[in-house]
Amino acid sequence: MAVGDLKSNNYCDFIVDRDQERCIQCQVCVRQCPYGTNIYKEADNIVVSDFSLCTGCHRCEAMCPTGCITIRRNTSEFREHFNWKAADIKNVYKQAATGGVLLTGIGCDKDYPIYWDHILLDACQVTNPSIDPLREPMELRTFLGRKPDTLEFEEKAGKISLKTELAPQLVCEIPILFSAMSYGAVNLNFCEALARAAEASGTYYNTGEGGLHRTLFKYGKNTIVQVASGRFGVDKAYLDAGVAIEIKIGQGAKPGIGGHLPGEKVGKEVSLTRMIPIGTDALSPAPHHDIYSIEDLRQLIYALKEATDYTKPVSVKISAVHNAAAIASGIVRAGADIVAIDGVRGGTGAAPTMIRDNVGIPIELALAAVDQRLRDEGIRNQASIIAAGGFRNSSDIIKAIALGADAVYIGTPAMIAVGCTVCQKCYTGKCPWGITTNDPYLAKRLNPDIGTEQLTNLLKAWAREIKEFMGAMGINAIESIRGNRERLRGVNLSERELKILGIKHAGE
Amino acid sequence: MKRVYPKEDACINCKLCEVACLVEHSETKDIFKAYRDVPRTLSKALVEEDGPNSISIQCRHCTDAPCIDACITGAMQRQDDESPVIVDREKCVGCWMCIMACPYGAIQMDVRKKDKHKVSSKCDLCPGRTMPACVEICPNRALFFEDRG
Amino acid sequence: MNYLIIGNSAAAVGAVEAIRKKDKKGGITILSKEPYLAYSRPLITEFLADLVTEKGMSYRAEDFYKDNQVSLKLGVSAKSIDAKKKVVAASDKKEYSYDKLLISTGGSPIVPPMKGLNKKGIFTLLTLDESKEIKKNLKGAKRVVVIGGGLIGMKAAEGLHEAGIKVTVVELADRILSRILDEKGSSIFESYLKDKGMDIITSDSVVEITGAKKATGVKLKSKKKIVCDMVIMAIGVRPNLDVIKGSGIGTKQGIIVDNRMQTNMADIYAAGDVTQADDMLSGEKRVNAIWPLAFKQGRIAGTNMAGGTKIYEGGFAQNSLSVLGLSTISMGIVDASSKNGYEVITGSGKGKYSYKKFVFDKDTIVGGIFVEDIDRSGIITGLVKERYKVKDNKERFLSEKFGLINLDKTWRDSKLTKPV
Repeated sequence: MAVGDLKSNNYCDFIVDRDQERCIQCQVCVRQCPYGTNIYKEADNIVVSDFSLCTGCHRCEAMCPTGCITIRRNTSEFREHFNWKAADIKNVYKQAATGGVLLTGIGCDKDYPIYWDHILLDACQVTNPSIDPLREPMELRTFLGRKPDTLEFEEKAGKISLKTELAPQLVCEIPILFSAMSYGAVNLNFCEALARAAEASGTYYNTGEGGLHRTLFKYGKNTIVQVASGRFGVDKAYLDAGVAIEIKIGQGAKPGIGGHLPGEKVGKEVSLTRMIPIGTDALSPAPHHDIYSIEDLRQLIYALKEATDYTKPVSVKISAVHNAAAIASGIVRAGADIVAIDGVRGGTGAAPTMIRDNVGIPIELALAAVDQRLRDEGIRNQASIIAAGGFRNSSDIIKAIALGADAVYIGTPAMIAVGCTVCQKCYTGKCPWGITTNDPYLAKRLNPDIGTEQLTNLLKAWAREIKEFMGAMGINAIESIRGNRERLRGVNLSERELKILGIKHAGE
Repeated sequence: MKRVYPKEDACINCKLCEVACLVEHSETKDIFKAYRDVPRTLSKALVEEDGPNSISIQCRHCTDAPCIDACITGAMQRQDDESPVIVDREKCVGCWMCIMACPYGAIQMDVRKKDKHKVSSKCDLCPGRTMPACVEICPNRALFFEDRG
Repeated sequence: MNYLIIGNSAAAVGAVEAIRKKDKKGGITILSKEPYLAYSRPLITEFLADLVTEKGMSYRAEDFYKDNQVSLKLGVSAKSIDAKKKVVAASDKKEYSYDKLLISTGGSPIVPPMKGLNKKGIFTLLTLDESKEIKKNLKGAKRVVVIGGGLIGMKAAEGLHEAGIKVTVVELADRILSRILDEKGSSIFESYLKDKGMDIITSDSVVEITGAKKATGVKLKSKKKIVCDMVIMAIGVRPNLDVIKGSGIGTKQGIIVDNRMQTNMADIYAAGDVTQADDMLSGEKRVNAIWPLAFKQGRIAGTNMAGGTKIYEGGFAQNSLSVLGLSTISMGIVDASSKNGYEVITGSGKGKYSYKKFVFDKDTIVGGIFVEDIDRSGIITGLVKERYKVKDNKERFLSEKFGLINLDKTWRDSKLTKPV
């Protein structure tokens, strides 16, 4: 024991503020906290809390039948210092005590500019009429996949038909897909809810790199199966099960970093699904060991296409890094049908904190750059772009589409929809909301029936709002706003930023 | 008749069903008063747990209720086949024959040493409510109030 | 259809309710030897100690007979049955004809041979009238000897103790409650009750009741003498077969019935303590004189008498007893040991007197004892009834939190996800 160890008790992040007048000692909070924060003292018939264990997940607060709990920030403050914020000081304490890498979950929580909040949308006034989405049909349907350079038609017996053979497409009824979250990192209940919500909403979810649990094969027509550097759970049946294949090169939360699912989390079902022995660590290497060039990537893309008879679009997902535009160009030229770009705010189940918070670039800039580059090179039609990493609401999404995205991936909002409070402790495997945990006691907290409804509702609500935006802009098909940066204006942005985003400043 | 059915896979062992049941059957139906009552009203729902598994058990209101067969005073009764099995607390003398007979362990002793009050305590499906309190409060849809034939 | 029921206790009430579910019109007549509406017989000992009022003992609402259109003949006992003519001769000199007859005459108290039985102050305790009679004679009484340390004996002793009387229980066997408990359970009760001030003598018996006209003491086989003001015979009951003499109805210890509760004679049924019916655990026909089975048998007899089909799947011993605040519930085979081929698991719970025992016949659970911590004991009754098989980890039955959750999931789902 060192003073450093003691500090955790007093320098804790949160206070479980319990109004003892209102506490009825029902112990719901005791049973609900997986970290053991709340403790019932039988002798005194009182419930108390060990603040040092609280992660600020709010589970106890949400479940308390008398509302006696409020989770507050610990107001104990270090002397203010612009360079040395409390979090920095505590991180040093933690590492001095453990010698370990700082771990975290969810996406980057640093205050880098959120460009969505500096971009405004246009609307119609007088000269071109706006449309009422409640009266007029609005088209959100989106096709993801390679589009032909030209269209050829042929005439047979007076009938004109398309001669050009179209590449396979994903048909999304809304331009929002659930991003890759692997079984293992999240539990089967959440996977099931994602799959069912995708089915109900006419969109897709992504298996992530954890394989496809046998009970989820039936949702195949709404499934994108991922092939990542660990190749977990990849076989012919897996590739055939989904309607698209995604090669994961990187993810926004940890560009250039591999993955590590600890052996304790590899129980029977995860083991069967990932096709690895029970209890072994599932290590995803940082690179694909068979990909060291665009040419290598092309080989994998075509190997997968070959394996599935060219019936499914192949997507390649990368983290938004400095030269994302050039890489994307290479990916398209390597034969990918979809390029997915995950920005710096993209989420994760576990990542080194320093990597999460300091590597990569915001999705807004990466998206604008990639879209522009592909246009400039005349190959924009050859692949669809899915933007990912930090979307919070429908306006972020329609702005992304106007910036050039065909569709977006959402991960964190999907978790929030089923209860996540962004406590960022996914890596502990003890998610109190039953999302990023395989502990059967905790995983039950996510009832797939309820989760499906919540996710479906979220997509429905956002689709409605997107239609409102479209109506205001006087357009009735999402195609008309896609890449239409003329309908965007920047505020409080520098010339350079405006240039990269390819938008005018407000007032111009 | 409509009965309460638990869904084990969704039960998260929070025991809010027990809290709601206790409050509903307390004199004041006020959660703060109900928990200060001495002795405290018993919950008629009981959450069983075994490792990660848990399940909320209430009276099944059996078609051929063994508790009614066993009751020596006629306190355990039901109006007709479609009605809940109810214990008449005035008639019950606490002989615990119903506890002996109930294969679900859904009946409990309600004993106050002080005034020799002893009666059986069990689910009455919350008369006066459209949905029993336990079902209504369950935050994870682990309890259903349905007519399953 | 004309139904006649002899007897007016649990089985009779069960039969009436079952008949009326099927047949709203047929005439029902009940011959009740006792001059009371059906009452809760087990409460007569509580009545003794004024723990319950006479009104509080009624087994059904006052309107029960009216609502069910029952012609109730109070104070009328059946004398004989003529199965050919389908009539029953009764103490009121009338003959009652029937289409369907139910015999539910219950039991009569066993009085063992001993000297001095003709004195005053000697009572059996099976009816409300007897309880009333004892109560009347209790005034001024200070000491009572209860002969028999079984269920009735201990309940009688409790009632008297509660009424402020010094009670001495004399039991022939080497322990009290030997039919419902094992040695350990009996000894827990014995020491508990002795602590409460009750005298309990085992392995002994009363050979003579002494006194001039009135009982003033008893002489035991061990030559011991006990002074008392009253003697209560509470050895137990045997099926009351008086009425069927010469009727041709088949009996052994009790009236033999099939699984529809029918006797060997057409249209004559029997239910309750008078019957010898299927016993689930032994596979033989046995007299299981307990309230729940009496009611259930009545219900089954009634259904079948009214043209329905209901099968009695057999009974087995189940008992719930509370004496001076200590409760026990036991079921099935309780006094078994590994010596006679059973697997036995014992333990205790939180309470000071807590004791638990479970008996397995190979994998099948066949019995259990709960002392003090009796909540949820019914689960075991259910399992014994179902002949539930327990493959491994039988110790889990002893867990304080033992419940359905510790049993087979498929089995549990079948019970909890659909009506039962």
